[in-house]
Amino acid sequence: MAFTNEQLERYSRHIILKEVGVKGQKKLMEAKVLIIGAGGLGAPAALYLAAAGVGTIGIADADTVDISNLQRQVIHSTPDVGKSKVESAKESMLAINPEITVNTYRKFVLAKNVMELIADYDFIIDGTDNFPAKFLINDACVLAGKPFSHAGIIRFKGQLMTYVPGEGPCYRCVFKEPPPPDAVPTCREAGVIGAMGGVIGSLQAMEAVKYIIGKGKLLTGSLMTYDALTMEFRKIKLPHRHDCAVCGDHATITEPFDYEQAACELN
Amino acid sequence: MKITVAGEKKEYADGTTVAQLIVAEDVETPQYVSVSVNDEFVQTDDFDTTELKDGDEVEFLYFMGGGAFALGETR
Repeated sequence: MAFTNEQLERYSRHIILKEVGVKGQKKLMEAKVLIIGAGGLGAPAALYLAAAGVGTIGIADADTVDISNLQRQVIHSTPDVGKSKVESAKESMLAINPEITVNTYRKFVLAKNVMELIADYDFIIDGTDNFPAKFLINDACVLAGKPFSHAGIIRFKGQLMTYVPGEGPCYRCVFKEPPPPDAVPTCREAGVIGAMGGVIGSLQAMEAVKYIIGKGKLLTGSLMTYDALTMEFRKIKLPHRHDCAVCGDHATITEPFDYEQAACELN
Repeated sequence: MKITVAGEKKEYADGTTVAQLIVAEDVETPQYVSVSVNDEFVQTDDFDTTELKDGDEVEFLYFMGGGAFALGETR
């Protein structure tokens, strides 16, 4: 694949980097990344990966854009309110970079469709907002042997980790299982500072890019935490749990399954 | 004894358990926190019986969703 003059210009700040170069840019253009959730985390991840020229980007979300999303979900604009999130995201991504292919999946990611969804992709970004989805994505990626980036954000804090098959612990090693939906109270409405999605979602895009070009050290075997109030980034070493139900020595989970959603996650 | 809690060196009484440390450190949503000591996870059922030793490094790992909701605090 030869680069056009326009591509050489568009990606010149990548190509000039010794870690990327023409070779790395070509890898990006051939790569396929799936982003699950077009919200606070998925928005910056999708924009940066589109801008980077990742050749095929899938984006999955069942929701429509709400005005309360706009404080942090920068891929959507005020005229997009009421529009499907994946369509709105696709428009923004193609406006930045019309060269890429964006596949939209306007649906909830569930046990019945997750394996088929991830099958075609090289790297998965978990930008979901609820624990059943996070465990489902983890289990599916472990079972299918797919690398993925987990992230979570709340108030002024964020965290992320990267799973690569055969290299370190999975999300379930750390958190075992979601909090029960009937625990009282399991969850409540909370706030999040808008830029937190920008920080952590951009770090997820960074992990995807590094994985694709094969450079640097990923957040495998560690959880990165960020506290915006103290401006502290920490990298916490994560042990592998040998009795992990999905990636442990005697794994009992052999296919993805859905956890019940807590009532507050349904609206 | 001196232990390191989330990267900070602290002084605690000998024999302090993981469960006691969770209370003393005012950990958010203590019923859902994951704890590692010297890079090994402590099972939730063992929090009450696991005594910390001088030099131990303790980390708390918290559930984080996507920003719209937080786990409730029962305290």
